[in-house]
Amino acid sequence: MAQSTRATPAQEPWNDPHAQPYIRIENVTKKFGAFVAVNNVSLNIYQNEFFCLLGGSGCGKSTLLRMLAGFDSPTSGKIYIDGTDMEGTAPYDRPVNMMFQSYALFPHMTVESNIAFGLKQDRISKTQTTQRVQDILELVQLSPFAQRRPHQLSGGQRQRVALARALVKQPKLLLLDEPLAALDKKLREETQFELVNIQEQTGVTFMVVTHDQEEAMTLSSRIGVMNAGEIVQTGTPTEIYEYPGSRFVADFIGSVNIFEGRITEDEADHVRIDSEEAGCSLYIDHGVTTTSGAKVWFAVRPEKIAISRDKSDADENCTSGTVQEIAYMGDLSIYHVELESGKRVRVTMPNLVRGVSDAITWDEQVYLSWRPSSGVVLMA
Amino acid sequence: MNNNRSYFLISCMVFGFAFLYVPILSLIIFSFNKSKLVTVWAGFSTKWYGALLQNEQILQAAWISLRIAFVNACFAVALGTLAGFVLARLGRFRGRTLFTGMVTAPLVMPEVITGLSLLLLFVAMQDLIGWPQGRGITTITIAHITFSMAYVAVIVQSRLSSVDESVEEAALDLGARPAKVFFVITLPIIAPALVSGWLLAFTMSLDDLVIASFVSGPGSSTLPMVVFSKVRLGVSPEINALASIIVLLVSMGVIAAGYLMHRQQKIRQRDIQFAIAANK
Repeated sequence: MAQSTRATPAQEPWNDPHAQPYIRIENVTKKFGAFVAVNNVSLNIYQNEFFCLLGGSGCGKSTLLRMLAGFDSPTSGKIYIDGTDMEGTAPYDRPVNMMFQSYALFPHMTVESNIAFGLKQDRISKTQTTQRVQDILELVQLSPFAQRRPHQLSGGQRQRVALARALVKQPKLLLLDEPLAALDKKLREETQFELVNIQEQTGVTFMVVTHDQEEAMTLSSRIGVMNAGEIVQTGTPTEIYEYPGSRFVADFIGSVNIFEGRITEDEADHVRIDSEEAGCSLYIDHGVTTTSGAKVWFAVRPEKIAISRDKSDADENCTSGTVQEIAYMGDLSIYHVELESGKRVRVTMPNLVRGVSDAITWDEQVYLSWRPSSGVVLMA
Repeated sequence: MNNNRSYFLISCMVFGFAFLYVPILSLIIFSFNKSKLVTVWAGFSTKWYGALLQNEQILQAAWISLRIAFVNACFAVALGTLAGFVLARLGRFRGRTLFTGMVTAPLVMPEVITGLSLLLLFVAMQDLIGWPQGRGITTITIAHITFSMAYVAVIVQSRLSSVDESVEEAALDLGARPAKVFFVITLPIIAPALVSGWLLAFTMSLDDLVIASFVSGPGSSTLPMVVFSKVRLGVSPEINALASIIVLLVSMGVIAAGYLMHRQQKIRQRDIQFAIAANK
């Protein structure tokens, strides 16, 4: 999984109490009849951020995006962009542009006129319009295609026209609705990095809606995970992946093994959990704020579990089971191990050398172990 | 087995085409008949075409019909587009079903009823506000607009519902006001539907006999009315000649439209192929 390298401490305005948010979403709720699409969402987004709204279909992420663009208005709550209340401001008066999932290019116009359309509406002079269109065409590497019509372009080229058209007006906020969903896998991976580069070059604040967690991890400075109309967790890709706040987030981002258990020892610097499901006692090196005996869940990622034929010395964070399935993926292998409790655990191991003759195989008895810092305790 | 079936299919086809086109073919053949009796062949002649050109009544009726059809088509497209746009884009509003039903009602309303009700309306309006004065070209045109508008509305609505709404939203998002979006984005995209709507409205008006008969007045007989009244007195070979000319014009129009559409399709296909190839 590609990790964003851009979240250095100096660029984390969300951790700075004095930083002014650029876009403020305050207690926004949107109802369609009795259905609550977006439920009391509050969110601060800072200038130059690349923010991702991540969630499954129907979680309300697109509705939130449409409210920012002005196509829908909140049932209650406020949206501020650069300090201005957006209530009652029509889409054509907002300093916001949107790149649509279907790209929504104007089929009867050339690439050039598509991009110039927004500038024309602002009555920008002809020479300046031509210049800006040329510059943006260069940025997205489409200069040779300026006179083509949308149907004369490939999917990837259309995607870049849509991006250029939305960017050329230099909006305060650029909204991208599933920007890469219509591209094939290889092109999507290339375009992800291109998108990040363009965002850095233009300095425009980006807000992306996606259902693809890998895309969210690669692109964003921060991710907001949405479920059933609510934002369940906001954080950097690393925070979301390594410190999920709930079973939903842990399960939604990447794959995870979750064991149910009860707290037996709760100290400031460690917790012990007794889990029948795991078949062993769990020791975790971070404290939680709950009462002893409370029901909690322990989540550990497949790549953080070691699989071995030999029993380790420790009697904590170590359990055993039989290998049920092995999937060879090339770069890594996935093992499904069934514990004595019947719980299936997913373990991945990088294939460091070629053709291991005595590799772990089906129906073998194996021992699984992990470090105290490998997993997290989840309260919900 | 396969051979048998293909014989069967071919005879089906021959029968079907014969059913459709033998009447028209016989009409064209008899338009070149020398005899004054329509059903008796007496040798080749083009004299009825000459006679047709001399027939003031028919020529004038044709001219009236064309004028009515043209004005009708233009108004029907303008009004029908507005109605179709509302039906396709306004979403759910109070009374939408009622409105849809009312817009499309003329499609299923018997022509006799439409004609009669319009006649009553025109008479009442003349009594009340003095307009339209008498029945004539104006009343026929208005009557034709009422029903052809419904056809245009349906065509525009179905075309609009297949156009991605986000294209219009994108234009709004880029700073164009709703009216501008409609004229600069929506209209050009649905232009083919407007053209076919216009042609349909034109043809419907040219074709209409029943409604025109109700709302026409002295000196405003349309071509179908003249043809029909002549046929009642016995079919004149001149009518055959006229019909042959109409068939010729219509088929030329259809062939030209077909050719243009085919060519456009081919260019589009080639462009798409080219774009895919260039991307590899």
